[in-house]
Amino acid sequence: MLAALIPAAFLVLFFAWPAATLVARGFHDGSAWTIDGFRTVFGSRRTWSAVGFTLGSAALSTVVCLLLGLPGAYLLYRCTFRGRDLLRALITVPFVLPTVVVGVAFGSLLRRDGLLGWLGLEGTPVAILAAMVFFNYSVIVRTVGTMWSRLDPRLAQAAGTLGASPLRALRTVTLPALTPAIVSGASLVFLFSASSYGIVMVLGQSKYRTIETEIWFLTTRLLDLPSAAALSITQLIIVTIALWLSGRAQAHMTRALKLQPDVDAERVLDLSRDGGALITTLTVAIVLLGLPLANLVWRSLHRGGEFTVANYVQLAVEGGGSVSVWDALRTSLTTALAATALAVTLGMLVALVASRRPRRPLGRSALGALESLFLLPLGVSAVTVGFGYLITLNRPPLDLRSSIVLIPIAQAVVALPLVIRTLLPTLRAIDPRQLEAAATLGSTPWQVLRRIELPHLGRAVGLAVGFAFATSLGEFGATSFLARPDNPTLPVLIFRLFGRPGSENYGVALAASVVLAGLAGITMAAAERMRPKEVAAW
Amino acid sequence: MRFTLKATLAGCAVLALAACGTPTDSGATTPAGGEATESLTSSSTLTVVTHGSFELPEELTDKFAEESGLDVTYVQPGDAGAMVNQLILTKDSPLGDVVYGIDNTYASRAWDSGILSEYQPEGLPATSVQFDAEGLTPIDFGDVCVNADTEWFEQHDLPVPTTLDDLVKPEYKDLLVVTDPSASSPGLSFLFATIGAKGDDWLEYWGQLKDNGAKVAAGWTEAYYTDFSGADGEGPYPLVVSYASSPAYAPTTEALLGTCFRQIEYAGVIDGAQNEEGARAFIDFMLSPEVQAAFPESMYMYPVVTDTELPEEWAANAPLATNPIEVSSEDIDANREQWIRDWTEAMG
Amino acid sequence: MVSGLEVRDVTVKYGPTVAVEGVSLHVEPGTVIGLLGASGSGKSTLLRAIAGLQPLSSGAILWDGEDLAPVKVHKRNFGLVFQDGQLFPTMNVAKNIAYGLGKLPKAAQRERVEEMLELVGLAGYGVRKPTELSGGQAQRVALARSLAPSPRALLLDEPLSALDTALRRRLADDLARILRETHTTGVYVTHDHQEAYTVADVVAVLDEGQLLQLDSPESLRERPKNKQVAAFLGYRAFVTEAEAHRLGWQGSLETGEVLGIGPASLHLDPNGYEVDIIDQTLTVEDVEIKVALPDGQTATVSSPTKVDALSTRVTLAGGAVVPA
Repeated sequence: MLAALIPAAFLVLFFAWPAATLVARGFHDGSAWTIDGFRTVFGSRRTWSAVGFTLGSAALSTVVCLLLGLPGAYLLYRCTFRGRDLLRALITVPFVLPTVVVGVAFGSLLRRDGLLGWLGLEGTPVAILAAMVFFNYSVIVRTVGTMWSRLDPRLAQAAGTLGASPLRALRTVTLPALTPAIVSGASLVFLFSASSYGIVMVLGQSKYRTIETEIWFLTTRLLDLPSAAALSITQLIIVTIALWLSGRAQAHMTRALKLQPDVDAERVLDLSRDGGALITTLTVAIVLLGLPLANLVWRSLHRGGEFTVANYVQLAVEGGGSVSVWDALRTSLTTALAATALAVTLGMLVALVASRRPRRPLGRSALGALESLFLLPLGVSAVTVGFGYLITLNRPPLDLRSSIVLIPIAQAVVALPLVIRTLLPTLRAIDPRQLEAAATLGSTPWQVLRRIELPHLGRAVGLAVGFAFATSLGEFGATSFLARPDNPTLPVLIFRLFGRPGSENYGVALAASVVLAGLAGITMAAAERMRPKEVAAW
Repeated sequence: MRFTLKATLAGCAVLALAACGTPTDSGATTPAGGEATESLTSSSTLTVVTHGSFELPEELTDKFAEESGLDVTYVQPGDAGAMVNQLILTKDSPLGDVVYGIDNTYASRAWDSGILSEYQPEGLPATSVQFDAEGLTPIDFGDVCVNADTEWFEQHDLPVPTTLDDLVKPEYKDLLVVTDPSASSPGLSFLFATIGAKGDDWLEYWGQLKDNGAKVAAGWTEAYYTDFSGADGEGPYPLVVSYASSPAYAPTTEALLGTCFRQIEYAGVIDGAQNEEGARAFIDFMLSPEVQAAFPESMYMYPVVTDTELPEEWAANAPLATNPIEVSSEDIDANREQWIRDWTEAMG
Repeated sequence: MVSGLEVRDVTVKYGPTVAVEGVSLHVEPGTVIGLLGASGSGKSTLLRAIAGLQPLSSGAILWDGEDLAPVKVHKRNFGLVFQDGQLFPTMNVAKNIAYGLGKLPKAAQRERVEEMLELVGLAGYGVRKPTELSGGQAQRVALARSLAPSPRALLLDEPLSALDTALRRRLADDLARILRETHTTGVYVTHDHQEAYTVADVVAVLDEGQLLQLDSPESLRERPKNKQVAAFLGYRAFVTEAEAHRLGWQGSLETGEVLGIGPASLHLDPNGYEVDIIDQTLTVEDVEIKVALPDGQTATVSSPTKVDALSTRVTLAGGAVVPA
């Protein structure tokens, strides 16, 4: 149980306490407790439209991600073909791109003279939705794909021999069997979409508001803490409901499923059979993911209308403003390494505890709650946590507000949920008989841990490291409140360069964005190679 | 300045005398509360709180650290608005010793909420009187104006608009991109420009802008680099809300000087600072000739010390407005929230 | 026209590996063929090819003379029972069994499900979830599910191999009975010759993708085509006529033939030939005694009890005549 206390203490100290303190301040007007915030906020039409848009856009984004992601999961995790690994890495790149880069990449495509301007999507909710899907597509592909690759293909074949067409077999047998992964992926997409700030701001042209943008507005612009607190509570309720529903669905399903860690379910791509999935996935990869990324690369190779590598040369030689890109890269890498070490260590502890198999139902539901608790940071606004830091971590020995240490800590809070989601399935996949066998042979629980669970875990750690690293590499929301002008991370440097006039700054910012995207892609590709077969990611 | 600063600090450290901070008229430089300079706090470390656009050449910040003997940490908790609100939130245990980057739209809010302690440095020229704000030292300024892609207007054989009224004329339909005042600081400045110019009719004016196809971008980056035709993004809009200094970096553009709102950036000693001495030294440093000269290239603002020499392109392409539109800091502070809410209702 | 299932000169390759090579078979309607072979012999691949799950490299699979190449899996109307059941985990037993009955009205489906549960001896199990079944029950449900739509042929891929021995024997008997009762044309893949003899009317022995012998269980037992087949069927020792007679055998061999000694060939006999005991193994029904033959080969003999001696006496009562 001690193993659970350390990560729990970390989460309380660097997430729950700051966020709760800020929210509490909203309910305390200095002399007495009040819920005026709720009255003000929910008396306004603006709030209701924000809540509606949040739920609507997140739900739609989840549905579209599922519709597009399921064929992708099938194609990229069930079929073999040349270039598959490259494609897998490519689809993950958007997940770690900072919003300002996505804004540039999407904005110039969708504007009225852009390549996709004829679609008339500029400033519409469809543009916001497209960007949400751009970000989250890979979440579904990975979650569902890794499980699909372990699903015994004979299950669907059994349906086929009973007269079911491939489509019916998919609908009635395969997809229901994949429900745990689908629910898990969908809940992540919902949380990411519901809490996205930059996308809504940049592509919505101020016409659309979500709970998240309202919290930012109320907190950073107006310091209207009562209203912000009321919205934060609303956000928390929505997130909790989403997590509860997904946890319930998963617990319900996982028991029934028998996965085959050693089944080789992959098969060679067959155009007549897999044509639909191939076309869908390629369309998504080319139009939705490829075009914005290619647009970014293409623009980074131009300055003043001329094709040139000058932006990259300048990036390498001079960097951005007073900071060299190498310094920013080093800051980014060291920060990401620290955040990764933190997130993976804590994540391992949580996963080990959450993978226990208590006999009593009470113990089981307690562990389920524990797991959900660590997912909460995904659904709570970065601004709430960031401002919370200011009023909690303000006394020695915890006056970390101006400390550089807080950046990797904040990033670790963000990466932790993904790490746990990566490690848990591996531990749960250990045959309990193996543990029992070890125990009956006289091993103490510690020896079981050391001899059986840790070696198992070791294989999944590679993947967790990749996720944590890429996530903190691209993290901007929390980092932006803690940034230091003398040693910015790469996303912060990019953000600053984009905020300056002059074609040089613009060009260098683009080049730096491409470098960041490349770095993220390489990290994910490496993690993909380290991925042990039985790990169902996220 | 270099020598005086060093000498002054050295003197302070040894003697801790009243004379240190205020060699001239002590009445003008001690805080309003009458706090004597002897009681200035001091420490070997200094924490500078700045907004997200803060940037100075490394040689200068290094030099300050070296000459003051201080271990300087810069923190950057967001843009000017977010920064001021964070300072208010942390009043009980200040984020740092000195703040740079509070602008005139937040100046009275900052002072009224008691997060500042007064300091008036000697390096401030007489010309800066126009920028006076209680408890704060003006450091630099600039104008937020509509910028035009002059090349585009030439090609389309259309006269470049000059006033706010021009922007709602049918011949300029679908040409303007503005930024969201609830999220971007130039956007907020432009909102104030329209309020200053149109008075109570400002919402009506925005209705006309909207009808005339004005696009709202989230921030300056999106507006200038994605939508504006005169910058490298080569977008479709030839009119954009930006700065009077922007044309220095885009020679085929110009600022419409009749549409400008002046943005002044201030520095101030944070109330309850652990190192008031260092804070004052930092403000003095920001007014030093080298730093003032670095402002145009580093932060795209005009130095408040007006006889500082400007870069060539600035002199040629980036003139300031002679009569910028004004709204008082008090007015802004009293109405900011309502104005932004009204604006969002009208434009959303 | 050949009626029933015909496998005509079928070859299946996985890349460069040949899994099935030039196999031809014929299964009469209403009979069951056993495909017997060790793992890697190609028997499961051949079964999957018949089901349409594995493309042929050459040759043809025909039903009543019609080439099935253009007929997709779900249109072939062949039932398939997997080694581990592959029950749909998201459905209860009744839904599993009704899965292939999509065309029938609901009431008829319910009736058919009841009938099938009755047939496999699991009446009343309809509402159970697959996770609540034992291995043997799951296989019965899998069988019921495959039989429910009345397939024109039933393919069984080692359906009992995941079960324990005693259960396997019992289920094999049940299976044989059910297949006969329902007049099902069947292809039964197994590596256990006992099982093959119980269930199948005809047995095809496969090794390394090739068909070694196709015969009735009786002739297979008495006259394996060669030593390889005999060895697979459990004949571990091969003796000459003279040697066989020394052990008390009464029969005779042609020139170029040897006698294969299997598990049931030797009997304990106080008047028989004395052999050394190497090892004794207790099984459910008997004690398997491993003995050394005069020429050094080993063979087993069944005994009701353990023998408390270093040697015992045996008589060679039967065996398989095999070309040398």
